[in-house]
Amino acid sequence: MDLTEVDSLIVNRGQDPFDILEVLHDLQARYGYLPEEVLRHVSARLAVPLIEVFRLANFYKAFSLKPRGRHLLTVCLGTACHVRGAPRMLDEVKAELGIGAGETTEDGAFTVETVNCLGACALGPVVVADGVYHEHMNPEKLRALLERLRSEDASLRAEGVGVCVQGTLGCGQDAPGGQAVVAGV
Amino acid sequence: MTLSSGTCGQASGSLAVLRALQQALEEQGLAEKVHVRVTGCQGFCQEEPLVTIQPLDVLYCSVKPEDAAEIVAESLANGRIVERLCYRDPLTGRLVTTAAELPFFAKQDRELIGRNQFVDPCDIRDYIAAGGYAALAKVLTQMDPEKVIEEVKASGLRGRGGGGYPTGRKWEQCRVAPGCEHYVICNADEGDPGAYMDRGLLEGNPHLILEGMAIGAYAVGARQGFVYVRNEYPLAVEHTRTAIAQARELGLLGERILGTDFSFDVKVARGGGAFVCGESTALVASLEGKVGEPRPKDVHLVEHGYLDQPTVLNNVETWANVPPILLNGSGWFAAKGTEKSKGTKIFALTGQVKNTGLVEVEMGTTLREIIFDIGGGPVNGRQIKAVQTGGPSGGCLPVSLFDLPVDYEALTAAGSMMGSGGMVVMDDSACMVDVAKYFLRFLKDESCGKCVPCRLGIDRMLEILTDISEGRGRADQLGVLEELAWTMSVGSLCALGKTAPNPVLSTLRYFRDEYEAHLNERRCPAGVCQALRSYFIDPELCSECGVCLDTCPEGAIVEDRPFRIDEMLCKRCGLCEEACPAAAIRRV
Repeated sequence: MDLTEVDSLIVNRGQDPFDILEVLHDLQARYGYLPEEVLRHVSARLAVPLIEVFRLANFYKAFSLKPRGRHLLTVCLGTACHVRGAPRMLDEVKAELGIGAGETTEDGAFTVETVNCLGACALGPVVVADGVYHEHMNPEKLRALLERLRSEDASLRAEGVGVCVQGTLGCGQDAPGGQAVVAGV
Repeated sequence: MTLSSGTCGQASGSLAVLRALQQALEEQGLAEKVHVRVTGCQGFCQEEPLVTIQPLDVLYCSVKPEDAAEIVAESLANGRIVERLCYRDPLTGRLVTTAAELPFFAKQDRELIGRNQFVDPCDIRDYIAAGGYAALAKVLTQMDPEKVIEEVKASGLRGRGGGGYPTGRKWEQCRVAPGCEHYVICNADEGDPGAYMDRGLLEGNPHLILEGMAIGAYAVGARQGFVYVRNEYPLAVEHTRTAIAQARELGLLGERILGTDFSFDVKVARGGGAFVCGESTALVASLEGKVGEPRPKDVHLVEHGYLDQPTVLNNVETWANVPPILLNGSGWFAAKGTEKSKGTKIFALTGQVKNTGLVEVEMGTTLREIIFDIGGGPVNGRQIKAVQTGGPSGGCLPVSLFDLPVDYEALTAAGSMMGSGGMVVMDDSACMVDVAKYFLRFLKDESCGKCVPCRLGIDRMLEILTDISEGRGRADQLGVLEELAWTMSVGSLCALGKTAPNPVLSTLRYFRDEYEAHLNERRCPAGVCQALRSYFIDPELCSECGVCLDTCPEGAIVEDRPFRIDEMLCKRCGLCEEACPAAAIRRV
């Protein structure tokens, strides 16, 4: 792993106590998760004990210690989405992909996560796929979306293009094609 | 012309509309003559993206990219209104062409959120042109800090984050507290599910918040401020950062602001996705680079806050109220509202109601006015049954209490709370036991686990509600629920634990009959609780088309004459009910 890249994210950080969290956010966006090697490096560079760094990475939901799949699906489970049927979206994902929240498919294609609210409540239920918000979801639309992602994934891999690990929610610059994080359906 | 392009707008395709509009302007030779202002959320999220055109004064709803050429040709080149894009009142069928006539806006007092449409959040010149930073200039040149605090106290402004603590008093306590530095913090860690007015403000008008913080910093003697914003709000993070950079460039943040001796700067810190960090002491711990665990409240932030220094922490909406108060005077602000709750409040009206979006009303407006007059009432001809306010710390209020005014004390007395302003409407298709269970599951995930009443209490309550919703409940468990609720409310360290029982207590208080139906009849009246419902095929309506056969993932539909469902195989997912074209499959 190229740690000079990690260093470039740490530059100018370290003046404020919350900078450690800012660095972790940036690293999470860059790698899609927080690799152990990177955390060890951050600990040394910012002079924060490793146990503290791991504690932060564990406590905050924004960080993941496990690699994510090539596609990230985030199902919003906010109250407004809940009363409009968001749990059905998770059922559908389970039926289609065989995985629940926080899990990754065996082939590494999909990771499914939940979020407590995206603040797009008027559009619920909302599902975010690789940074793109999909509004007013229902099982049928979700199936079509999964189908599309699957075929995109398959064709990219057939072409031998390595699909980059998707950025987390909120880090659109890592989405393919440099598209803005939220875009129309 | 303006195009709303907040998170809701962008999710509804506003960026594609923008490209199409720009292309149409280019093609029709109007690009030089027309300015397209891309704004944040204008509040009517239901009908996003919204386009308004001046001086024609027309509002178009749910605009699609393919409408762009027609809008430009008709409305901009010829000054004609494209009627098919205007809002049509679903009740009267009346055509609404201007924003002012829109029933959703007409009954609101859009003092704060209404400013969004005049401002491109990424362009400080728009904000200044709309009168921005005038309050800061007035404060720095004409008022001393004590006078600012007096003015805020006299206005009666109270914290908009939920607690309702008087803002002026908080500032005063911070000002007099000894310390080498003082700090101000903006809490934009809007974790309440179902609430997004802080996102709407910060994303749509970040300079309003920055100006409020600068005034607050001047009043309490702070040189440094922080905006702690959820990372789940990427646009809000981006716009705040841009706004800070632009304000620095113009000398509205930084050293010697506007040539005075006052220096102040702001930094953005992104939240880590922990609900408990909305709690003030946990937020400060997070800012200090630690895990977001709260601490006992007897040591106040105004004396020992960030880095143990005196700190004022206010919510986004509270900060947003500050510049207009200082500009227009406390009397102007205090003239609105009820005796103890002044000004306006923004609510995020969502759930099973016709018009959803951000609603700003004068304090004292009744829930009925908000839900029926502004929200337009129920959808699909159903009956509205309850409204949930205050998120996981609040409660569910029944229709019989809809004449309650929006007021800190009135809502608390009814067993709910103002909260930060989420308002989720529920109709008869929602099960109140399920709603209470939903919040407990949420809180179980979010409890930091530091203190026992909260950590174990929530777990135990959730176990009981799960029993009830799955048909294993016992009548004596309702008493246990109440006992646990009491222990948690007196024994927990922070507001998360203290208020965690509210959703359960309020549903028990107002919807006990639903709990009893689950317990005594093993029946879920709304048909939501999976374990307690079953499906049947009405032979009268069934056309034996076979759609359900293909839909059922379990193969539970038996192709007899008539079709029937095998109870042993049925997982009660409800897919067949949705798929049936003859509506012959029903829940019981």
